Amino acid sequence: MTRGEAALLERLAVDLDGGYADFVRAHADAVYATAVRLTTSRADAEDIAQETFVRAYRSLRRFDAERVRSLRARPWLLSITLNLWRNVRRRANRHPESAHADAGAELPDTSPGPEAAAERSDEARYLTEMLAALPDHQRIPVVLRHIAGLSHDDIATALECPVGTAKANVSRGVARLRALARGSMPPGPQPGPPPGPQPAEQRSRQHVSTTGEAR
Amino acid sequence: MTTVPATVSGSAAALRRLRVPAPEGFVEAVLDRLGLATGEWFVTVTGPTGELFVAFNQHGISAVAPTSLYDGDTGRFAAEHQERTGAPPVPAERPPAGLAAALESGRAGKLRFDLAASSEFERAVLLKALEIPPGEVRPYGWVAREIGRPRAVRAVGSALGRNPVPILIPCHRVVRTDGHVGNYGLGVPLKLALLGAEGVDVDRLERLADEGVRFVGSATTHVFCVPSCRHARRISPAHERRFRTEDAAVAGGFRPCAHCRPTEVRRAS
Repeated sequence: MTRGEAALLERLAVDLDGGYADFVRAHADAVYATAVRLTTSRADAEDIAQETFVRAYRSLRRFDAERVRSLRARPWLLSITLNLWRNVRRRANRHPESAHADAGAELPDTSPGPEAAAERSDEARYLTEMLAALPDHQRIPVVLRHIAGLSHDDIATALECPVGTAKANVSRGVARLRALARGSMPPGPQPGPPPGPQPAEQRSRQHVSTTGEAR
Repeated sequence: MTTVPATVSGSAAALRRLRVPAPEGFVEAVLDRLGLATGEWFVTVTGPTGELFVAFNQHGISAVAPTSLYDGDTGRFAAEHQERTGAPPVPAERPPAGLAAALESGRAGKLRFDLAASSEFERAVLLKALEIPPGEVRPYGWVAREIGRPRAVRAVGSALGRNPVPILIPCHRVVRTDGHVGNYGLGVPLKLALLGAEGVDVDRLERLADEGVRFVGSATTHVFCVPSCRHARRISPAHERRFRTEDAAVAGGFRPCAHCRPTEVRRAS
């Protein structure tokens, strides 16, 4: 824990309401960026990210000061994000119509701004699709490692798994991304409805084949 | 597509570029849902002597001003408030809870105020002034003594002059130690109007002050008060005794009123 993180938690332990704005500011980008890579639409991502901080606040209200001070804030927040995402996906599985309504939404944002610009860049779009094609047990550790910036220890905390497992799944996930990028491995079958299987897979295949031609 | 080097695509650096920053207003939306929003709002309400702008935030009421001070121009009020607090106030749908009742009764003790910009001493002065009931006044020296800083009479005057929430925190109920109504940050006419609206007989207080009378007592109860105390106002002319000093009252066998505390209340000896 850095000194800044410790100071932030100390502030929360003493004055939750006064310190919470800074806490949200400190983790908003990591939580939102993670939610974006888990969900199929920006609207879902924002809902889940907001809800993460609302749930976190309610939990912090109940925690005693010692528990707040010893909190590993980011993995804790992201474990909330992951639970919320699993709930949303479960609901979507039960009510497929709503999932279909979202299916087209994962197309890159075309609104202006640096975020959209990054998304429009060919490499980013390509990589987004590769990432979406990974099975969950690899995609989630890769996202936590490289999008949320967690250490292997923190990934293990967030996923409640041994550190070795977290580490292995991150490296297997990254290796698979490389393999997908080389076009030597077809994208794996999509595990659930949220990343709408048909359109996502078609687009991925196209990219793989064009890359293949270039090589 | 041909520009995508396969070796880069799986790398940590490439993945890092997929970190999307939270959209604008994200933090505010979360804080708003939790009732922790940091913005400033304002409403226009009817006060005892005219319309008021009342600004507030999540901590409480942060500013009060007669709309006449800005010719009713909300933009000018908002601009000045932003200069003072750094946040532009936006019009609120609803006034803070209890505001209308406090303006009606003249008792704002239960309202929440944001006095973060005031010093500790200023807060002590303002919270003490908040205890003065409507229809009564107390001298600056009374406030100084009550907050345990009996020598800081002038500082009490300046602290009240910097009251960010006048009318609600009734600095108009604090008068000169000789009993004259004295100055007011928003102008003496408004001070007189506010006191008149809550039933203070200003002319009587001025007359007593001119005569050098600072306390009045009852010959039946042998209790002495500041002249505006609700108990002093019930004394019939036949039983009213007037005193220029505390010592004169005590020498006459009078004890200080426990409600208005004209002097430090002494333990019965």
